[in-house]
Amino acid sequence: MFGLTKRDTTLLLVVAVLTIFAPFILNPFPEGSAMAQFNAGYPDLMQRLVIFGIFAIGFNILFGLTGYLSFGHAAFLGVGSYAAIWMMKLLTMNVIPAIMISVLVAGLFSLLVGWISLRRSGIYFSILTLAFAQMSYSLAYSVLTPITGGETGLQPKVNDPRILDAALTEGQNPRANLFGLEMGTSYEMAVGGWIFTFNAGYYIAAIVMLLAFYLSIRIFRSPFGMMLRAVKSNQQRLNYTGLNAKPYTLAAFVISGMYAGLAGGLLVAMDTQVGAERMFWTASGEVVLMTILGGAGTLIGPVLGAGFIKYMENIVSKINKTVLEQWFAFMPDGIEDFFITIVYPFVGKGWHLTLGLLFMMVVIFLPGGLVQGGQKVAGLFKRKKPVDDKPDGKTTPAE
Amino acid sequence: MSKSNFTRRGLIKTGAVAGAAGLTLPTYLRADGHSGFTNAPTGDTVTLGFNVPQSGPYADEGADELRAYELAVEHLNGTGADNGMLETFSSKSLQGNGILGKKVEYVTGDTQTKSDAARASARSMIEKDGAVMITGGSSSGVAVAVQALCQEAGVIFMAGLTHSNDTTGKDRKANGFRHFFNSYMSGAALAPVLEANYGSDRKAYHLTADYNWGYTTEEAVKSSTEAMGWETVNTVLTPLTQTDFSSYIAPVLQSGADVLVLNHYGGNMVNSLTNAVQFGLRDKQVNGKNFEIVVPLYSRLMAKGAGANVKGIFGSTNWHWSLQDEGSKAFVQSFGTKYGFPPSQAAHTCYVQALLYADAVERAGSFNPCAVVEALEDFEFDGMGNGPTLYRGEDHQCFKDVLVVKGKENPTSEFDLLEIVEVTPVEQVTYAPDHPQFAGGNMGTCNPGA
Amino acid sequence: MDAILLQILNGLDKGSAYALIALGLTLIFGTLGVVNFAHGALFMIGAFCAVTLSRILTLSHTVIDETQKDFLGNPLKVEVPYIYDIFGQTTGDAIIDWAVPLSILFAIPVMVGIGFAMERGLIKHFYKRPHADQILVTFGLAIVLQEIIKYFYGANPIPTPAPDAFRGSFDFGAMLGFDPNTIIYPYWRLVYFAFAAVIIGAVFAFLQFTTFGMVVRAGMADRETVGLLGINIDKRFTIMFGIAAAVAGLAGVMYTPINSPNYHMGMDFLVLSFVVVVVGGMGSLSGAVLAGFLLGILESFASMAIVLETLPGINQIIIYLVAIIILLTRPRGLMGRKGVMEE
Repeated sequence: MFGLTKRDTTLLLVVAVLTIFAPFILNPFPEGSAMAQFNAGYPDLMQRLVIFGIFAIGFNILFGLTGYLSFGHAAFLGVGSYAAIWMMKLLTMNVIPAIMISVLVAGLFSLLVGWISLRRSGIYFSILTLAFAQMSYSLAYSVLTPITGGETGLQPKVNDPRILDAALTEGQNPRANLFGLEMGTSYEMAVGGWIFTFNAGYYIAAIVMLLAFYLSIRIFRSPFGMMLRAVKSNQQRLNYTGLNAKPYTLAAFVISGMYAGLAGGLLVAMDTQVGAERMFWTASGEVVLMTILGGAGTLIGPVLGAGFIKYMENIVSKINKTVLEQWFAFMPDGIEDFFITIVYPFVGKGWHLTLGLLFMMVVIFLPGGLVQGGQKVAGLFKRKKPVDDKPDGKTTPAE
Repeated sequence: MSKSNFTRRGLIKTGAVAGAAGLTLPTYLRADGHSGFTNAPTGDTVTLGFNVPQSGPYADEGADELRAYELAVEHLNGTGADNGMLETFSSKSLQGNGILGKKVEYVTGDTQTKSDAARASARSMIEKDGAVMITGGSSSGVAVAVQALCQEAGVIFMAGLTHSNDTTGKDRKANGFRHFFNSYMSGAALAPVLEANYGSDRKAYHLTADYNWGYTTEEAVKSSTEAMGWETVNTVLTPLTQTDFSSYIAPVLQSGADVLVLNHYGGNMVNSLTNAVQFGLRDKQVNGKNFEIVVPLYSRLMAKGAGANVKGIFGSTNWHWSLQDEGSKAFVQSFGTKYGFPPSQAAHTCYVQALLYADAVERAGSFNPCAVVEALEDFEFDGMGNGPTLYRGEDHQCFKDVLVVKGKENPTSEFDLLEIVEVTPVEQVTYAPDHPQFAGGNMGTCNPGA
Repeated sequence: MDAILLQILNGLDKGSAYALIALGLTLIFGTLGVVNFAHGALFMIGAFCAVTLSRILTLSHTVIDETQKDFLGNPLKVEVPYIYDIFGQTTGDAIIDWAVPLSILFAIPVMVGIGFAMERGLIKHFYKRPHADQILVTFGLAIVLQEIIKYFYGANPIPTPAPDAFRGSFDFGAMLGFDPNTIIYPYWRLVYFAFAAVIIGAVFAFLQFTTFGMVVRAGMADRETVGLLGINIDKRFTIMFGIAAAVAGLAGVMYTPINSPNYHMGMDFLVLSFVVVVVGGMGSLSGAVLAGFLLGILESFASMAIVLETLPGINQIIIYLVAIIILLTRPRGLMGRKGVMEE
C-alpha cells in the first residue's frame, strides 16, 4: 500500500493509529486520581510531541542515513519560526502561508549553511553547523532585535497590518486558524472518570507528522536513501566509483532543514510566539539526543525519542512536594516522609537529574536506543530472535 | 479513591455517571459554558498556576518565589501560622477562607527562563490543570511571552520579577499586571541620589547587556543622569552569554570616565561587578574624583554571589526586608518564621501579586478575568510594603515608592548585604502612560476566553 | 597603542583559560578517542573543590550575641569558625584567606580520583561505541553531575575571593612609560596566566620526556601495535584520563576568584572549548593551546568599543566566525592530523 512494503505499511498504519488515538492513549488515568499527574493528553503537550517528532524525523534523514552529525539544526527551526510569525503579522493568521513560508525559508537557509559546512566532514562539520547556529542565536537575541524581537520575542499583535485578514473587532485577539478553524478549538469527551481532549491544532499537526513520516519512509527505501547510506558506510569508496557524494548529502541536509522549518512553522501555528532561545545550542543538542535516544537510523526511533524527552520536560517538572504528599498519603507518616525525601530530588526542579540519568541508562543498556528496547521486549514475547530489520541501523564505518 | 480534586476535572468525575459518554463542549480551551470564561472554578476549590524558574541560572530566585506563593496560599486559606500581610493590607475583603469561599490550590511549573518552556508550562496549567490565574517568572522575556499567552487564553497574568519597560510598555496586555518596578523608575530614583553623592559633574561609561532589558535600562539611566548634568562617555553592549567581562572593563579607565554603570542582571551582574572590582577600579582617582560603580537593578540574591564586591555600590531595588513599615514587618515575620531566612524582593512581589489577585476577585465577586481587571485597574492600596500604591488603569503598572540601596560595609549576616539609602517617593518615579520609553503598546481589551 | 597592548594582555589571559580546558579535552580525545561532553562538568567540579574547601575551613559553631538583633528581632547568632578555636583568629583568618590556593592540594587527589572512577566505571565501555553514543552518555553524565552540585550548593554563584595579597591590579602602563592607569591588570589574572603556562608546560614535558609519555604518544598514533607489543596501554590511558580531569579541575579551582562559580559554568565553557579544540585540530595538544590563545585575543579585540562601533554585534559572533573561516581554509584545523575524526 502507498508504494511501501508490507512491513513499512504496517509500521505507518500503527503510527497513524497511535497518533489518531493519542488523546486516549496519553490519558490513561482518570481525572482526580493521584496518577492523573502523568496524563499527557492535553493539547499543548500533544502538539509538541508530534511537532518535535517531525523535527527529529527530519534530523534522522541527515544523521541516521549519512552519519553527518549536525549540531545546528535548531537554527533552521528558529528561522522557520520567525518566517512564520512574520507571515502572521503581515499577511494573515491562517496557518497555511505561515507553514509554507517557514519550510521555504528554512530550506534556503539550510542550503546556504549546508553548502558551506559540507565541505568538511566528521566533527569539523559538526562544529561548522554549531557555529552557524550560535551566530544565528546571538544575533537574533541582540543586534537583530528590530526583526526578531530579541529577548521578548515576537507575538501577533492587535495592531499588526495583516493585509489579507478582516480587521479584528474590538476586544478580539489575533488567533491562528485554518480557514476559520482556530488551532485552539477542542472537543472534550467525558467517559466515566476520564476526560479526553480532541484538539484541532493537534490533529492538523498530527496529519502533517504522518505525511512527514510517510515521506521519510519513502526516502529511506529509495535509491536516494541507498546512496546516503553508502555515504555513511564508506564515502571514500563511493568517490572511487566515480560518484560525487556532495549533491546527495547536500540534498539530505536541505531536506532535513526543511523538516526543521516545518516543525518551526507548526510550533508558531500552535503557539503564536517565537523567542531566540529556540536556536540556542542546547536546542540543537536536544534533537541530537532525541534521535540517538530513540535509535538513530531507525524509522520510528526519533519520534519515540522526541516524545520521551518532551514528556519528561513537561510532566516530571510539574511534580512538586504537594503532589508527592498526595501520592504517598496512604503510608504511615514516617515512611511517607522517607519516600518523599527519596523521590523529591528527582522530580519538580530536579527533572534534569532524572533526564540525565535516563540518558545514561538508555545508552548503557540499550545501545540501539529505545527502539532496541522495544525489540527486546517484543523478542521476549515472540520467543525467537527478532528479525534484523535494520539494514539502516548503526554500522561502524569502515576506515 | 480520589482524595482531592487536584484538577478542575476532578469535579466532573463526581458529576458524571460512570460509563456515560457525552458532554462535548466546542470551546476555546474549554471554558465552562455557564460562567462564560476560561477555567471557571465550579467546585469548592480554585487552582492558581505558579510558573517560576526551577532550573537554569535563576533557579534560586524561582525557589524563593515559590516559597512566597506557598506562604500566600496558606494565608489566603487561613491555614498559616499567622496571616501575614492580610493584617496590614488596606483592603479588608480577604477573610482567610480561600477566595470567594473556595479553597486555594496550586500547581507549579518550570519556566527554565526560556519563553518557549515558560509558555509550554503555562499552557499545561491552563489546559490540563484548569488554572484561572498564572503568576511568577524572573525575566522580562518570559513575562512578555506568558503575558501574551494569558491574554490569548483568557486568564489573568500577575507578573513576577520583570523590570523591562516593555512589560507594561510596548508589550502591555489587558490581562497582565505588574507590581514590580521598571527601568524608568530605577533611573528616576537613582539620579538624585547619585547627584547628592557623586556630584553633577561626572562622566559615565555604560556596559549594557545586549538585549531588550539592557536597552531600556541604559536608556532610562542615561536620560535621567544626563538630565542632571552627567556626560555619557561611551556605551558598550556585552553579549548575554559573556562570562568574563575583563575585555570590556579594562578599557574603561582609558576612556576618561569616572563612573561605570553596569546595566547587567543576574549572572552577568555578578561577573561584571566582580571583574570591575578586581581591576581595582574603585581604588582609582580619575579627573580628581574617586572612581565609582553603579548597578541600576540590585537583587539581594544575586548580590550575595558578588560577595564583598558590592560594598558601597549604589543601586535600586523594589523592596528590601529591612523596611520598617507594618506590612513589610508582617511579611518578613511570617516568611522568616516559616523558612528561617528573610524573603527576597522576588518573593515579596510574588506574594503581593497573589494577594492582590485574590483581593480583586473578592471585591469583584467573580473570577471572571474582565471583572478582575476592572477591580484591579486604578485600585489604590496600602500596607503591602511600598507605601500607598496605585495600580494604574492605562498600563497595569503599579506606582509606589522605589528604594535606592547601597552595598553594606559591615554586614552582620549573609542576608544583610544592602542598606536602604533613600525611599524615593512615588511622585518622583511616576510618568505618563504614553512616555516615549513606553510608547508603541496596545493593551487591547480584557479577554475572558470562552 | 596602549589600548591594543591592553587587549593583547586580556586575550592572553582569556586564552589561558580556554587553552587549559581545551588541553584536557583534546588529551582525552587524542589518547582515548572519546568525545567527552562531561569535560565542562569536570572544570565545574574543580571550581567547587575550592568552594568545598572554603566551606570546610569555615565550618562554624554559633555564638549568641545579645547585643545585636537578627532580622526577626531575636538575638543574633554569630557564626564562629572552628578554625579560630584551633589556630586563633589571626592565623585562622589567614588560612581562610588562602583557601583558593590551598584548594589546589585538595583538588588534585579529588579530580584524579573522579577521573579514574569515570574512566574505569563508564568511559572504558564506550571506546568501541560510535561517537554519538559517547556524546549521549557523557552529556547525560554532565547533567547528572551539575544537578548534584546544584542540589547541594544552589543555583546562585558563590563568591570565592582570591587571597588579600593578590587583590588590586598591577600598573603595566607606568612600567612601559605610558600614562598611569592606562594599562592595568589584576594580580590574580596574572597569576592565572602564569599558572596556566606552568600546567601546559608540565603536560607537554611529561608527554615529551618521560617513557610513560612516549608510550602514550605511541598509543595515540597506533593503539593496536602498542598493544601487540605487550604494553598494557589501558592502564596508561586510565592515568591519562585522571591527568586530564586534574588539569580541568585545576583550571576550575584557579578560575573561582575571577568569576564566582555556579553549577552551570561547565556548560558555559563546553561549547567554547569544543570550538577551541576543533579549531586547533582534533587530537593536537599544541593546536588546542594555540587556538585557545588565538581565540582569546580575537575575542578581546572584538569587544573594543571602536570595533563595535564599526561592526555592531561582532563581539557576539567573533569566535564562531573565526572558527568557520579557519575550518574552511585549513581542513583539519590549525594543527590537526589527517584522518582523525573525519569519517
